[in-house]
Amino acid sequence: MNYLNETIDSLHKKLADKELTSKELTEQTLAGIKETDKDISAFITVNDKATEVAQKVDEDGIKGPLSGIPIAIKDNIVSNGIKTTAASKILYNFMPVYSATVLEKLESAGAINIGKTNMDEFAMGSSTETSFFGNTHNPWNLDSVPGGSSGGSAAAVASGEVVAALGTDTGGSIRQPAAFNGIFGIKPTYGRVSRWGIIAFASSLDQVGVMTKRVEDSATVLSTMAGHDYHDSTSSEKEVPDYRANLNKDMNGVKIAIPKEFWHEGADPEVIQQVNNAIDAYKKMGATVEEVSLPTLKHAVEVYYVLASSEASSNLQRYDGVRYGFRAKDVKNIKDLFVNSRSEGFGDEVKRRIMLGTFALSAGAYDAYFKKAAQVRTIFIQEMNEVLDKYDLIMGPSTTSAAFKIGAKIDDPLAMYMNDILTIPANLAGLPAASVPAGLANGMPVGLQIMAKPFNEQAIFNAAYALQEENKFYEKIPTALKGED
Amino acid sequence: MISKEEILHVAELANLKLKDDEVDGFVSQLGKIVNMEGNLASVDTTNIEPTYNMGDTSTTFREDKGIHTQTREQMFENVPESEDNLIKVPTIVAKGEDE
Repeated sequence: MNYLNETIDSLHKKLADKELTSKELTEQTLAGIKETDKDISAFITVNDKATEVAQKVDEDGIKGPLSGIPIAIKDNIVSNGIKTTAASKILYNFMPVYSATVLEKLESAGAINIGKTNMDEFAMGSSTETSFFGNTHNPWNLDSVPGGSSGGSAAAVASGEVVAALGTDTGGSIRQPAAFNGIFGIKPTYGRVSRWGIIAFASSLDQVGVMTKRVEDSATVLSTMAGHDYHDSTSSEKEVPDYRANLNKDMNGVKIAIPKEFWHEGADPEVIQQVNNAIDAYKKMGATVEEVSLPTLKHAVEVYYVLASSEASSNLQRYDGVRYGFRAKDVKNIKDLFVNSRSEGFGDEVKRRIMLGTFALSAGAYDAYFKKAAQVRTIFIQEMNEVLDKYDLIMGPSTTSAAFKIGAKIDDPLAMYMNDILTIPANLAGLPAASVPAGLANGMPVGLQIMAKPFNEQAIFNAAYALQEENKFYEKIPTALKGED
Repeated sequence: MISKEEILHVAELANLKLKDDEVDGFVSQLGKIVNMEGNLASVDTTNIEPTYNMGDTSTTFREDKGIHTQTREQMFENVPESEDNLIKVPTIVAKGEDE
């Protein structure tokens, strides 16, 4: 099965009309993954029980839009009975005994977990190169990174292995890989989706979202998995709209703010050109576009790396080799067991973040780093809110460059961290944000980022849909896949 | 900057052991990152409340009732070493040791 020209609607129609059974679709999907993943390596684990699940869906009858449709799941979302590793050696053999709420909701709607996708270890990274299980390759150029940390999910969708994949986004981990792979990806408002069963990285920033080629498909998946969950007290009780049914591409009178700091000097001019073209398209559709300023944006990376690392150092204390996961051998006492299991089980980038966070939280550094960053976060949130009081949407580039080459930045953590400057703002302020394909720069995809007021995912879906229908980027076939059909 | 002693102290706090050949790399990389983070000092935060938590933070309540999720057997499925239905770990306090 190749999903490049399929949508959830087109697949649902085939299933509902009995042109295809879910079992057949699932078998074809597994065969497609086997073939395409020789080049892409998007998956860590393929669900060998998927066909049995599909057969059960067939027997129960095809119901809603996701019924019988295989979906890929990022490997930091726990799945009952299917290995979940967060791409870390420390969880290389971890077999969850329950599923994340998002996965349970999708499975209740009849979706099939086809497998677990590659990612940066514990979602710490922007290239999928920190995975314990090796690199994933970008379907537009196999020598380039797919972005990260949801790089496996993005590459699986862009290469037509699946129609939709779940990702998580703590500082841009859905939007940056979506941009690098020429697909749509949305991080909902903090609290829109339950985090129960998500392997925690930074709890005040983490959120689950969706990656698809088509905007309307993400709308369907997000409506299905959003909503309050008694397991997660930060999940909102606000009603979940039917984003798909409410899609409206009319951009007349929509007020768009473009923060001038997003157009900074270091950005690739080819990328900026594509983003400017997309913004011009909105003007032609009747939207008003005005420049605004976010003066504190220049501190966003600093705030993020203090807070995210601090929260990570706390969240990752639980990995000690005692109850699950990797356990170091030949240890003399319990302290050695903790220290050796962690030192042998975590990769370099994860250790770096734990060290940074432990430092920021340590006596003597707490006020100057952790508390200070949390205060600057407050100022930044106020700046974002002031803009959103006057405008419906904030737009800018999703990334400062197109996908870079594998190996180009992995030895320079600071350069890697600067990748996140344009995506971090939405996480710091808890806002919904998405990346939608804008065009190609030197043959590689470019994403336009769209942010909106809290819980106004609909405004993002609408604007992204309007651009999608204008530029029809989804018709383009990733370069490295050409000639295979 | 951040010194080698500080790096070793932080590693100790984090329950991590750095190999000798790793320490210099950490000193240089973390030094650069902490320097970058130090730019925060230039922001005036007088009377600004810190934001530690996010979300639609009205407290949510649930009934004070236990919910059974996993069984003991299920929770043991991932335990690396066990004996007599208990998790097995190495010595906690060695004989003759007092620390």
